[in-house]
Amino acid sequence: MSKESLEGKIVRISGPVIEADGMRGAKMYDVVRVGEENLIGEIIRLNEDNAIIQVYEDTNGLKPGEKVVTTGMPLSVELGPGILTNIYDGIQRPLPDIYKETGDFIKRGVEATALDRKKKWHFKPTAKAGDKVEGCDVIGWVKETSIITHKIMIPPNISGKLLKVEKEGSYTVTEDIAIVSTDKGDVKLQMMQRWPVRKPRPVAKKYDPSLPLITGQRVIDTFFPVAKGGTAAIPGGFGTGKTVMMHSLAKWSNAQVVVYVGCGERGNEMTDVLREFPELEDPKSGEPLMNRTVLIANTSNMPVAARDASVYTGITIAEYYRDMGYDVALMADSTSRLAEAMREISGRLEEMPGEEGYPAYLASRLAEFYERAGRVKLLGSKDKEGSVSVIGAVSPPGGDFSEPVAQNTLRIVKVFWALDADLADRRHFPSINWLKSYSLHLDAISSWWHKEIGDNWLNLRNKAMAILQKESELQEIVKLVGPDALPPRERAALESARMIREDFLQQSAFHEVDTYCPGKKQYEMLRLMLKYSDKILEAASKNVHIDDIIAMKSRESLARMSTVPNKEFEKRFFDVEKEFEKEINNLIKGGK
Amino acid sequence: MSNKDIEYTTVSEVAGPLMIVDGIKDVAYNEVVKIKTSFGEERTGTVLEAFMDKAIIQVFEGTKGLDTDKTSVRFIGETMKLGVSKDMLGRVFDGTGNPIDDAPPIIPEERRDINGNPINPYAREYPREFIQTGISTIDGLNTLVRGQKLPIFSGSGLPHNELAAQIARQAKVLGKEEKFAVVFCAMGITSEEANLFIKDFENTGALERTVMFLNLADDPTIERVILPRMALTCAEYLAFDLNMQVLVILTDLTNYAEALREIAAAREEVPGRRGYPGYMYTDLATIYERAGRIKGRKGSITQIPMLTMPDDDITHPIPDLTGYITEGQIVLDRSLHKKDIYPPIAVLPCLSRLMDRGIGKDRTREDHAGVSNQLYAAYAEGCDLRDLVAIVGEDALSERDRKFLIFADEFEKIFVTQSHHEDRSIVQTLTIGWELFSGLPVSELKKIDEKYIKEFLPKKEKAEKSN
Repeated sequence: MSKESLEGKIVRISGPVIEADGMRGAKMYDVVRVGEENLIGEIIRLNEDNAIIQVYEDTNGLKPGEKVVTTGMPLSVELGPGILTNIYDGIQRPLPDIYKETGDFIKRGVEATALDRKKKWHFKPTAKAGDKVEGCDVIGWVKETSIITHKIMIPPNISGKLLKVEKEGSYTVTEDIAIVSTDKGDVKLQMMQRWPVRKPRPVAKKYDPSLPLITGQRVIDTFFPVAKGGTAAIPGGFGTGKTVMMHSLAKWSNAQVVVYVGCGERGNEMTDVLREFPELEDPKSGEPLMNRTVLIANTSNMPVAARDASVYTGITIAEYYRDMGYDVALMADSTSRLAEAMREISGRLEEMPGEEGYPAYLASRLAEFYERAGRVKLLGSKDKEGSVSVIGAVSPPGGDFSEPVAQNTLRIVKVFWALDADLADRRHFPSINWLKSYSLHLDAISSWWHKEIGDNWLNLRNKAMAILQKESELQEIVKLVGPDALPPRERAALESARMIREDFLQQSAFHEVDTYCPGKKQYEMLRLMLKYSDKILEAASKNVHIDDIIAMKSRESLARMSTVPNKEFEKRFFDVEKEFEKEINNLIKGGK
Repeated sequence: MSNKDIEYTTVSEVAGPLMIVDGIKDVAYNEVVKIKTSFGEERTGTVLEAFMDKAIIQVFEGTKGLDTDKTSVRFIGETMKLGVSKDMLGRVFDGTGNPIDDAPPIIPEERRDINGNPINPYAREYPREFIQTGISTIDGLNTLVRGQKLPIFSGSGLPHNELAAQIARQAKVLGKEEKFAVVFCAMGITSEEANLFIKDFENTGALERTVMFLNLADDPTIERVILPRMALTCAEYLAFDLNMQVLVILTDLTNYAEALREIAAAREEVPGRRGYPGYMYTDLATIYERAGRIKGRKGSITQIPMLTMPDDDITHPIPDLTGYITEGQIVLDRSLHKKDIYPPIAVLPCLSRLMDRGIGKDRTREDHAGVSNQLYAAYAEGCDLRDLVAIVGEDALSERDRKFLIFADEFEKIFVTQSHHEDRSIVQTLTIGWELFSGLPVSELKKIDEKYIKEFLPKKEKAEKSN
């Protein structure tokens, strides 16, 4: 029944929303083809015979009376080899294919399949006929890119006995490669499977986070870390560096697969990623970063209805790679545009608005989306793990975090990086405000740091945080009486805070070395800076004048630690430490 | 009989800028409508919402004089189009695309949908060609590149028009001779303001490579909604078909947003912030995102939209949403203007997102990034100290802090300030920057690589002599 297609006709058109009659029997969220040009749309409300449809393409020139045909399928993505390195629009049409078809500008009504039907992949089976299999069991693999081995899995809702697995060889994504005998009869499997985007792919169990997602960004890894499988939000007004931050995370985080969703943002930003990622090396494998990345672009001038689809398409692809056992990171830039798209559609439906015109279901939609993150035990007969970490940018109007999208996001996410316009104005980047931001993953991941990097990590981090906190209190006093009026110890405290602020928290995304700072280097830098802090405090209490401390030569070497090449930092830091100790001890000895 | 030839006289309602026509059929969404009033005047509109038997129409020239009796309506069966041709250069058009200078009508080579189509991100070329505007605060600190959209956020009474005219006059790509054109789109500005541009273009001989679209303050408001789209359709033709480097000046986007709000209110839509429609972000994006470069094509569209921030408030929805779409912003400041500093560019909130990849060796100069960052950091510190001095007095400052305070003043005096006709090269701009640094302790120049300090910092004695 459901496969049978229905034909209705358009009775009203209002921007991206249309109304059609004769739709009795169509299902909510089913995909429909609209008008003579077969535009793609999705049913978002049903009322007896009448359906309201959001159209994922431009509706200019559409006429009432034109046909609407149902497909009987919910909005789905195609999952299989060929996803990585690609760039898709919001409904998973490859932009290079659209380019071939319509040229430099995106025209509508383009038919393009997400996965190349002609390309042959070299399939290597790992299961054999007779094996018992269930959902998400691996039956073979394909080398998708130089970094990623694409595991061919049984779809989540199928289990039974393998009747046949094709032998090693080259196949397209639609050729049969296995047959499973199930309770409901034999099922032929191909390398490609489909999954509806609004339905999370099932897992066996959710674990608590315990491993950090290392991003190479000092303020994040050391101060406000996010765990693999965690959720983080980056809210900030325009110009505070959200997108540079998102790009840095996509480049350097130690996830194995990265899904980057450009949702309602600038076209040039996607071009930037497309141009830059193939040239950048993955710090671990040395291969091009693009080989682990898939981009989904619904730029701000592309149809608004596809904005929400783009985010769901992204997370479904992320879940699929997670099911292979990978750690996946999804960046969504920006979730505010998704919320605004919801508001626009909701307004056209004349729904009763909630706060600031956003629909009342805004909070639950956002929660649903972020809840698809997690470190999980995978389905399947083998005990395996995978994770999806979700990092969402939020663009609050006027940079005011009290607006509904930021607030509803904060209620869900565990890590909050507050970007600050003041810091951005003075070119303190990343402009993450250390007093407002937080991470609830700190305790969960500290054991990893203690085991892998250094056993004093949490102490160092908390001590540095306390210095920064103290600075903000002292600044209040300085504002009233001026810095000269402070006692020497307080002035020394200000100096240590200044060093942490300027030389540790600040990091240049455009400096060839500084753009990525390994965990061990972060730890050593912080350790040396805190040593500096202790020593100058000691010096100050022994009456060494603050100006003499500031005039130390080694102070400059300490300040420039971040640009020491990552390969030789251990040796160079050792020298810096020795030089500093000598200088400060001389000062203390000769104290005036 | 096609719909084109039917004259409907079934107008059932006229409200604000909108009109409802009943008893029609086969009307497409966004289709153009020709309206004839009872006294024979012709007007244009488009379909905002299409039903089986009725349509809601926005009327560009206003609804004054329309009636529900004799007004007749004709649907012309296509969406709004603009005839484009290279003969448009040097001409002036009104809000519906008709020439209003005294020259004969143009013969279009092609008619294009004014809504355009989004550029495929895959087809875009990343903008990184430095445009020298001759203005230090832009070239040195917020570099403009070809294909960028860089708005000017201003306030009423500030010299943003002079600044835009100066940019249009001086902008060039170094070392290249290329076909250059300006598309000027005025939305609701006064004729005096428009004349400033026209005179300026005349004086510099730029008029013959300029296309003007004018909707002045006393012209119909609703036309402002289509005007920038016409201008950009023309710009796309010049850039991507005729291989020209096109600079588009859009002024004033605040009036555009007001027109958008007027239509939304007339349709009784659920309002977003401050009464502006919830889709204003998307709508503005369809204008701004038409800037850019395309792989394999020589031309480019660089946009300088201008807007006046109501009450100088940068968090107002118009500048706010704009800032989220454009690639940076140039912000003008009233207090600088009061201090008689021209251009009154408030450096700290300014930004050019495409700067990092447009500068450096072979583009501007290898020390550019460092100089820019250092100027920013030192000026920000100087401004903070000004606040401090206001409370504790200058005597409470340390020697070091006093230097930063002087730096901030000097920065405004010699770096920011320049005359209306001063065209500084990028090397001159950077040199001024280095002169300013010579007043600071070398150990504080942390944002610049040491090797550049050695190479470019003026030697002490020399700096003192020149003082």
